[in-house]
Amino acid sequence: MGLTRPSGNESIPWRRDILLEEVLRSGPNTATAQMDLTDLYQEIVLDHGKNPRNRREMPDANRTAEGYNPLCGDQIKVWIKVEGGIVVDASFTGQGCAISQASASMMTQALKGQSEAEAERLFEAFRGAVTGGSMGSGCDHEEEPTCDEAAIQDELGILSCLTGVRNYPNRIKCATLAWHAMHSALTAGERVSTE
Amino acid sequence: MMDTKVGSIDVDAVREQFPALHQLVNNHPLAYLDNAATTQRPESVLQAMDNFYRRDNANVHRGVHTLSQRATDEFEHARATVARFVGARHDHEIIFTKGCTEALNLVAFSWGRSNLGPGDVVLVSNLEHHANFVPWQVVTQATGARMVPIPIHDDCSLDLTAYRSLLEGGDVRMVAVKHVCNATGTVNPVAEMSRLAHEHGALVTVDGAQALAHQRVNVESFGADFYSMAAHKVYGPMGMGALYGREELLEAMPPYQTGGGMIRSVSYERTTYAGLPDKFEPGTPYVSGAIGFAAALAWVERVGIDAIAQHERSLTEAATLALQTVPGLRLVGTAAGKAGILSFVMNQVHPHDVGTILDTQGVAVRSGHHCCQPLMARLGVNATTRASLAVYSTEEDLERLRVGLLEVVRVFGGPNGLD
Ligand SMILES: Cc1ncc(COP(=O)(O)O)c(C=O)c1O
Repeated sequence: MGLTRPSGNESIPWRRDILLEEVLRSGPNTATAQMDLTDLYQEIVLDHGKNPRNRREMPDANRTAEGYNPLCGDQIKVWIKVEGGIVVDASFTGQGCAISQASASMMTQALKGQSEAEAERLFEAFRGAVTGGSMGSGCDHEEEPTCDEAAIQDELGILSCLTGVRNYPNRIKCATLAWHAMHSALTAGERVSTE
Repeated sequence: MMDTKVGSIDVDAVREQFPALHQLVNNHPLAYLDNAATTQRPESVLQAMDNFYRRDNANVHRGVHTLSQRATDEFEHARATVARFVGARHDHEIIFTKGCTEALNLVAFSWGRSNLGPGDVVLVSNLEHHANFVPWQVVTQATGARMVPIPIHDDCSLDLTAYRSLLEGGDVRMVAVKHVCNATGTVNPVAEMSRLAHEHGALVTVDGAQALAHQRVNVESFGADFYSMAAHKVYGPMGMGALYGREELLEAMPPYQTGGGMIRSVSYERTTYAGLPDKFEPGTPYVSGAIGFAAALAWVERVGIDAIAQHERSLTEAATLALQTVPGLRLVGTAAGKAGILSFVMNQVHPHDVGTILDTQGVAVRSGHHCCQPLMARLGVNATTRASLAVYSTEEDLERLRVGLLEVVRVFGGPNGLD
């Protein structure tokens, strides 16, 4: 059940009375919705979404980039300070949905203390984990030898609470927006779009 | 079960004709409330298009054989149907396009490039869709003309006082305005706006995308010089649209695109163009699209556009009341007499999160900027969630929306709630 395959909504011959019965039998709306939603809106995601950490400008940042999601018009700017190859501070500014805010918030926390190479590696791992589901098997990345949840958990730590987004293909860009901006800040330092 | 008969429409009977409405989405019956993006299509439209390919398929205006004649007849019959539906004086005042966007571009590029120059002004309302905004931006920049906004009030109605003084300022050659706003439901007084424009020597191009399916349209009584339409927003096919243009204006305008089927004669020295409507329809047209468009308009006529308008009006009132009971919800666009388009924002919840949570309950709405970024900027929001009605919408759909929004409140409410 749920949104795992957006194209998989069965088209069934319609009879209003039967469908209504079915809905009633499946309990109140909220029961099913809740089951679907908790993999996306985990408590910690909601918390970061509502109270984003490190949402501030950083005047002394030496790497910045903006990410833009043309679908919703959301814009996020990522600010990074690198000293001796180490990310000593990371922050972001901009508004967005709960997923993009939480993702940006948790990303800035995860980046601090990482080397640039580690940050890049985290970007790849995160992107692989959240896009995996949308590509079918969840195991499309050759460099990633395993896709089992434990390995993802290991690699991403707390960030793995965002991987539920892979079951919502039209929301994946929300989760990756800040990460693409971060990647761009570290590599090119220019404006990126998730288009 | 609730009474679904509203006005003189038998909603159950209407719904039975729309196959796409009858499916489960995420284990819930689909409540389709994204009609401003595109409507669903009734069987009669699907069949008309299917019949064309199965029985009459041939190119139009090309052969002397029977099938080609049939295809041509049906295509031209479709044009006549559109012309009659919008009250055009001549069939050849209807130009088939690939959508409302192309119709709007045709006006801006063909009329604009040959009529605008430095010092000229094009008034573009602050409500405009990018499709009636960006073309004028490009064309005014290319010709040295100026694009000036018509401001709006906070309820998203147009500021007609400001409009009048802009016209009085002189130099206005064209007014670009929506009939019905896809983001806010505002219904603009296009007849009055045309009259005022004409008094000041300006023309009016009306974006009718959101009006055709929901209220009576009569280009003559509106005094519209151009009126653009999208078939897929009136129960017809995607990729199909039409432009109404006043005969003398279209005749004086240069072709927008060129190619086969739109010429009188071609040589290396020079090409002369065919008359209306062919001059604006180069290439093989979307014949089955035109046939589907006409079938859709015929379907609307059978149901009755006034009954549809009445049905949607009472649902809009019900929806407005229902939405106001949702904690933390604010309606965007509250102009008097608005159409069945309900845009809203929820405190601290992004429209995309609202859209996702509703989708898990089988409720389809749109979240985003609705291709109206200049309007969103004016309203100080990035995006809204939008529920939009159609002839087959029911109170049950609205109840599903309301319950779905309460689920949003529950997920995001937290200790402080949403207020
Ligand atoms: C007001 C308005 N104008 C223009 C358009 C563009 O129509 P189409 O996509 O059919 O070209 C739309 C639909 O998105 C619309 O709502």
